[in-house]
Amino acid sequence: MELDPVLIARLQFAFTIIWHIIFPAFTIGLSAYVATLCVMWMRTGKGHYRELARFWTKIFAAAFAMGVVSGLVLTYQFGTNWSRFSAVLGNVVGPMIGYEVEVAFFLEATFLGVLLFGWDRMPPWLHTLSAVAVAVGTLMSAFWILSANSWMQTPVGFEMRDGVAYPLDWLDIVFNPSFPYRLAHMVTAAYLTTSFVVLAVGARYILAGKHLEHGHTMVRMAVAFAAVAAPLQLFIGDQHGLNTLKHQPTKIAAIEAHWDGSSPGELVLFAWPDESAETNRFAVTIPHGASLLLTHSWDGLFPGLKNFAPNDRPPVLPPFFAFRAMVGIGLLMIVAGLTGAWLWWRGRLFSARWYLWPAQHAWWIGFVAVICGWIVTETGRQPWVAYGVFRTADAVSPVAAGSMMTTLVLFVLVYGVVGSIGLYYINRLIAHGPRGPVIEPAITGAPTLAPQAGALAGIKPSSTPMSE
Amino acid sequence: MESYLPVIWAAIIGCAVAMYVILDGFDLGIGILFPFAESEHERDQMMNSVAPFWDGNETWLVLGGAGLMVAFPLAYSIILPAFYLPVMIMLLALVFRGVAFEFRWLGVSSKPHWTFAFAAGSMLAAFCQGLILGGLIEGIKVQNGAFAGGAFDWATPFAVMCGLGLVAGYALLGATWLIMKTEGKIAERARPTAKALLVVVLAFMAIVSLWTPLAFDRIAARWFSLPNILFLWWVPAATALVAFVAWRAIESGREALPFLATIALFLLGYLGLLISNFPYIVPPSLTIWQAAAAPATHVFMLIGTLVMLPIIFGYTIFVYWIFSGKLREGEGHH
Repeated sequence: MELDPVLIARLQFAFTIIWHIIFPAFTIGLSAYVATLCVMWMRTGKGHYRELARFWTKIFAAAFAMGVVSGLVLTYQFGTNWSRFSAVLGNVVGPMIGYEVEVAFFLEATFLGVLLFGWDRMPPWLHTLSAVAVAVGTLMSAFWILSANSWMQTPVGFEMRDGVAYPLDWLDIVFNPSFPYRLAHMVTAAYLTTSFVVLAVGARYILAGKHLEHGHTMVRMAVAFAAVAAPLQLFIGDQHGLNTLKHQPTKIAAIEAHWDGSSPGELVLFAWPDESAETNRFAVTIPHGASLLLTHSWDGLFPGLKNFAPNDRPPVLPPFFAFRAMVGIGLLMIVAGLTGAWLWWRGRLFSARWYLWPAQHAWWIGFVAVICGWIVTETGRQPWVAYGVFRTADAVSPVAAGSMMTTLVLFVLVYGVVGSIGLYYINRLIAHGPRGPVIEPAITGAPTLAPQAGALAGIKPSSTPMSE
Repeated sequence: MESYLPVIWAAIIGCAVAMYVILDGFDLGIGILFPFAESEHERDQMMNSVAPFWDGNETWLVLGGAGLMVAFPLAYSIILPAFYLPVMIMLLALVFRGVAFEFRWLGVSSKPHWTFAFAAGSMLAAFCQGLILGGLIEGIKVQNGAFAGGAFDWATPFAVMCGLGLVAGYALLGATWLIMKTEGKIAERARPTAKALLVVVLAFMAIVSLWTPLAFDRIAARWFSLPNILFLWWVPAATALVAFVAWRAIESGREALPFLATIALFLLGYLGLLISNFPYIVPPSLTIWQAAAAPATHVFMLIGTLVMLPIIFGYTIFVYWIFSGKLREGEGHH
């Protein structure tokens, strides 16, 4: 069988980036949570905030390590697998990635070392500052990489000369039309994803009857956040969708499985879109629903897939189904957040087992929603790598398909091993709890790095607001 | 101005690569030396000596890759496909050794596996980096601005030798780091190890210095023609001097000087390679001017880089200073 290098390169990129996005989605939110806990610890002096911050920092370190090594892979894949992408669009996309490295990566990676190894060795304010530095670093990283991705979705501020993109206006390029929406949507998604992990861990402790003080704090903080952010995310997502309709009509047509642009769009609740017959099978629809949502009028028209030549259409099934999964989880999060807030108001938040039990098991829903959202936006952009400018099929490297296939298999194996052990490791950390013993008692007493004597002006651990 | 931009960018990327080689060099070196440690307890100590730094160190590799994409997209789009397999194997090796920093503490029974992953990953990553370096010096087949060679063009005796040389070089950085950062048996045993490695590294440097001018006319012309030789003779002389200083420092019980002298040795070897190959970024087909990005791209990125690099240097030095001094007994992050 002849291997198609474009298909293999796409499969490999899809696999490595889906695996990667799990960790930023978690570490963006978790770094902000750790920084919040450090600030709470400083303000209240309550020891359990410090214990929680320390506990989540350990989990952060494991997730961050997996994020760093898988992100490094992506930086190089732009060259190894997508060298024509780099040669043609590098002038424009390159600096956004360059800025991400210089503004964000160094900050995160350097201060994580301080955050992990500086407990008891630094004044609390410096430790809190390090936590804030890491959280700001993850946000900056999101800013620049989402700017780059958004430019590929809605490219402006450049011109093509001799088949190569040249920048004209950097402000237009960085703040391209879809960027503010994508940034707000993704950062909120990362925070929500993390809040559901925190909720699950808190619920787990309460149900098990241990670490109750910590569990109560986590559940309260997560519920308060989700009750506000989940409904907000619905609004942001809606605005993002309207922006997409304006700039990427083919993506919206695929999401809605809307074939005929000359009649009002139905809201397709379920269907099996048939691309060869250009119709939906087994469709359950609300007439005029999509027109109402997208154009805010009963008979509003928006382009259907048949308005575009077949070779300019994205595949329909991935954006169609992934979108529905994402929205379903989003609605579930709203219900969970509001229900939690109501229980809290009634004073039953920590005794409602019917609420805590599903919450304990729902730690993964945010990750699935994030992955589905990216499937929608990335497959919906096809067949373009830069929408309307440069096709994915032209972006691939002149590399033997066999080489790409070999490395794809290796990535699946290596990431499979690393991912499952990572999950096991984080679960072990959670099982030990915020007051549990260090993960391996055998190594207590193992040497570690101590800061230079007097390096921090003689500040001793005992001067922390709440030493254990 | 526009003709200077590629030179400035070549200098910035050159610095980033040098920072990477030195910083990640010593922590990869720790992994390469793992098999020679006497116990898991010693390995814990070795790993803890680099654990606060490795994330930041590896970021220089990201900057090297991203910087090449920004400043010389054409070179990036040729070099990476040309070294597809070594680059990918290096990345996978770095995945294993990176997560080993966390997973090695998972439990007693799985520890030897992650010890192995850390050691093998470090060696493989170093070896692949040397392969890429050697292959780059030997040249890449380019047609119409794109890589036009085969999947295994890099598999040559010279590249394999460079790979082995870099493994030895990183191990030397690691050994001298241990002399500086640890106490007791580890530091004592690191000295004879460092001495042996220094001899091996000097041998590799000598072979490369003889091999490249003999095999490549452009490199022979660069070094041995007049008036170049009048300006360049000091590079090998300084290398010999630094090697002597390093040897004496290891023997005479100095703590930090062996590491610093090894860094100087690396920088001189690196300078030699730059002199041999400038102004080629893809020898022997593309110069830095031919591969350069648009001037507008160079300027936009340069503004940020001139602001950010001093800040990065500032907090990197701050963190090394916080964790300066010898490794002590105490509880770790795990």
